[in-house]
Amino acid sequence: MSITTRVPTIRNRRTKLSGFVGTAPAEPRVPDGRTRTSIVVWLSLGWLALIALAAVVAPFLPFLPQPATPVGMPRLAPALGSFELLLGTDTIGRSIMTRILYGAQISLTVAVVAGAFAFTVGTFFGMLAGYFRSLTDGIIALITDVMLAFPPLILLLAIASLVTPDVRTVTIGLGIVGIPTFVRLARANAMSWGSREFVRAARNMGAGHPRILFREIMPNVIPPVASYLPIVMASMIVAEGGLSFLGLGVPPPTPSWGGMISEGKSIIAQAPHIVLIPITFIFLTIFSLNQVGDRLRARFDKSAS
Amino acid sequence: MRMIALRVGRGLLVILLVTFVARVMLSLASGSIAEGLLGSEATPENVAALEARLGLDRPIWEQYLTWLVGAVQGDLGTSMFTQQPVAESIIARIPVSFQLAAMGILIAVVVATIFAILSASFPDSPLDRALNALSSVLLSAPGFVAGPIFIFVFAIVLGWLPVLGWVPLSENPIENLKFAILPALAIAVQEIAALHRLLRTDLITTLGDDFILAARARGMGRAYVMFRHAFRPSSFSLITVLAINIGNLLGGAVIVEVLFSLPGVGGLLVTSITTRDIPMVLGVVTFIAIIYVIMNLVVDLLYGVLDPRVRRPVAR
Amino acid sequence: MPSTSTEPLLIVNDLRTHIWTPRGNVKAVDGVSLHLNPGEAMGIVGESGSGKSVMARSIMGLNGRFAGVSGEVVYKKQNLLTLSKKKRREIWGKEIAMVFQDPARSLNPVVKIERQVAEGMRKHLGYSKSAARTRALELLAEVGIPDPESRLGNYPHEMSGGMRQRVMIAIALACEPSLLIADEPTTALDVTIQRQVLDLLRRVQRDRDMSMILISHDLGVVAGQTDRVGVMYAGRMLEVGSSAGVFDRPRHQYTSALLKATPSVDHPRHQPFPVIHGALPDPIHPPAGCRFAARCTAVSDACTSGPIAAVEFGGGHTAWCVHPVGGVHGDEHTTRDTGGAHVGR
Repeated sequence: MSITTRVPTIRNRRTKLSGFVGTAPAEPRVPDGRTRTSIVVWLSLGWLALIALAAVVAPFLPFLPQPATPVGMPRLAPALGSFELLLGTDTIGRSIMTRILYGAQISLTVAVVAGAFAFTVGTFFGMLAGYFRSLTDGIIALITDVMLAFPPLILLLAIASLVTPDVRTVTIGLGIVGIPTFVRLARANAMSWGSREFVRAARNMGAGHPRILFREIMPNVIPPVASYLPIVMASMIVAEGGLSFLGLGVPPPTPSWGGMISEGKSIIAQAPHIVLIPITFIFLTIFSLNQVGDRLRARFDKSAS
Repeated sequence: MRMIALRVGRGLLVILLVTFVARVMLSLASGSIAEGLLGSEATPENVAALEARLGLDRPIWEQYLTWLVGAVQGDLGTSMFTQQPVAESIIARIPVSFQLAAMGILIAVVVATIFAILSASFPDSPLDRALNALSSVLLSAPGFVAGPIFIFVFAIVLGWLPVLGWVPLSENPIENLKFAILPALAIAVQEIAALHRLLRTDLITTLGDDFILAARARGMGRAYVMFRHAFRPSSFSLITVLAINIGNLLGGAVIVEVLFSLPGVGGLLVTSITTRDIPMVLGVVTFIAIIYVIMNLVVDLLYGVLDPRVRRPVAR
Repeated sequence: MPSTSTEPLLIVNDLRTHIWTPRGNVKAVDGVSLHLNPGEAMGIVGESGSGKSVMARSIMGLNGRFAGVSGEVVYKKQNLLTLSKKKRREIWGKEIAMVFQDPARSLNPVVKIERQVAEGMRKHLGYSKSAARTRALELLAEVGIPDPESRLGNYPHEMSGGMRQRVMIAIALACEPSLLIADEPTTALDVTIQRQVLDLLRRVQRDRDMSMILISHDLGVVAGQTDRVGVMYAGRMLEVGSSAGVFDRPRHQYTSALLKATPSVDHPRHQPFPVIHGALPDPIHPPAGCRFAARCTAVSDACTSGPIAAVEFGGGHTAWCVHPVGGVHGDEHTTRDTGGAHVGR
């Protein structure tokens, strides 16, 4: 038997066709199909909590210099000794540690706010579309399709060319780009829930649409759709990072992770830490969000796999 | 045949929409464009005069129509920045972007397929778990994360490949590959993960179907069942996802091009945006929209070829 | 006619298949024993959830990765359960073939019929492509498909349900197996087609002197097409015997109730229908003793206390019942304490 099969069989204790009797029948050994939450998910949650906390607390730390002030010689490699020099300095001598933490503020704020915005608006319209169908659905679906017809980055770049970017515009732009995803999710869920018997029963008992939407549909639609939040937030961090990398996101001197990568890429040979540190932070954050998101999805969204 | 015409028509509509919206958005910022170009000489009269000269003061739809008429004839205007014809600049850079995208997709599809087949053949095995973990990691590495890491490892630490530069394929294929491989990989990384996950799920689902059971019950071997029964139905979603991800790929290619300083269309787009070079931006956006629409059309057509249920009518 | 050789073709001994589910282990098959002679057609009857399909798959060894199987399945002197995967694949299709329930789903929708019919022959019997094609044409003609030439180039969705099932039967016969297992072969078909397919099965079985296991929840399907029959309920075999014997004089209370609950033309008008009240026991925690006890009209304490002894009624007719119809002493019989494992004669 190959080692990769999971179907164990037990040789019956009677190996030949004897009579019978006496021996108790051997029960089969059944494989265990449970999935365990791996430790990685817990570590991810830990990282997210840590980075969020650090981002919130950063301005209040007395031993943390302002992100725009140089604290030492430029391109210092990371060194133990002082907190501000823990991650070294960048091309102008500013503390990378500070800039990372302040950059975390930007990335996380954008991701959370834009994500929440997209979630709220998207779920609302998606539910309407999925529940009411016909004309409402047609209109909403059409708008969503048009929005999805654009490559998202192009849309963002177009927005970036329109206004001078700052945190607000980037957040709104990302929020808008994120709406169609949630519309589709909420719509699919609302459609499948809206056709169930208990909804029809509620209608027959005289419940109005708002009541049904609020009491019956919404509580069932929100968990699976919300389980996608971390993953969408991860993609927003990627988008924000990409925009800042291209110079079209939050403008300097406000630090942003993408911007730091852009600054450091030309001297990657001489001072790799300037590029690699923000990369590490972005990667860990995205990774953690994906892990948590996967776990949530597995738990709440039974339709997808 | 009618379906094809319908799809093409829809595609054209999308292109028109995209370009029009882009035009509108750009002209909404026209004030700052003229100001930006004039810089310190931006008195109201000079601004107005410049706008009149550039045609920025006419109604939007008129500006758009003028542009559209020219575009259909192949004239996309002149770059305000370089004074070169837009169309020429774009065409010059197409080979680079195209090669990158093609290589990236190819790598992604091949690697992801291999991973997915291995995963689905031995679900929940240590191999499968390792591949899934690898996918999770890759999924979290967009172009600007994977790119510098590759540069650092392969170009700086190992010194196998150059950091920057480009040699066209037609000049010297080997040198060209040296420059192209890292950016192509950077584009492919996230795509590998996304495709692997999807194909794995799809294969496992298909392998649970009744006809697979029936094929196995005939005594057909594991590899045979996988490749000659399970793979084909599962490839449909692979193609669909590829199509959907074209958008992401285009975006990712832009970032990678900037990162590696490659003379591609993406880099052109970024510079033209930062310099507010309207004709150039419009030209590039049009080009990208066209590519996007064509790719979706191709996928639709592929469906018809691959899935016999779509091709032929149902039960006699 | 069943051949008279004495050695059974297939002997199943205390087969148990337990399947993992998030809520617990489902004891789908919990101690089934039967035997099948060469050239004999045996029916397995039971309601949905009785475990008949799982049993059929367990005989082949086709359960998924969440199943654990114990017991013995002896086919031509080999215990199929202990064979390596490779050896089992040599048996599947060539010695034992299976016809599945839903022909729409059992055929690969994107592969032409020709390959699906021919692939078994090419693998097991080493046929060349053209030889396999010729044979496939013969088989399609044998199962009653008109214009086999063009049908070979069809895809499954281009055929009707009945025709698809005929194709499935043709595939099953391709390598001349000694045992054909048909799992609810007509359930997914129109009633008018059902009879045709069943007659086809019986015909090919007789022509080839093949053994057949015919599984169905429909008593009518099994009654006219089999030599012997076994009645399953909740993972256990309750009664076994010749078809005529079991249907004419059912011994187990369940079989009797089942037959009474089957609609027939001569059911008296305006008389209430004798349905069986209650529901199947929990497959994860089945009750001790007789599984049917909760729904039985003749139940007593002895039924739920321990393993049920087999009661023989002569002519190979056995029932596992404490209070069989007609009484234990009403006919010739011998009682044997089998402890759940029964080896037939």
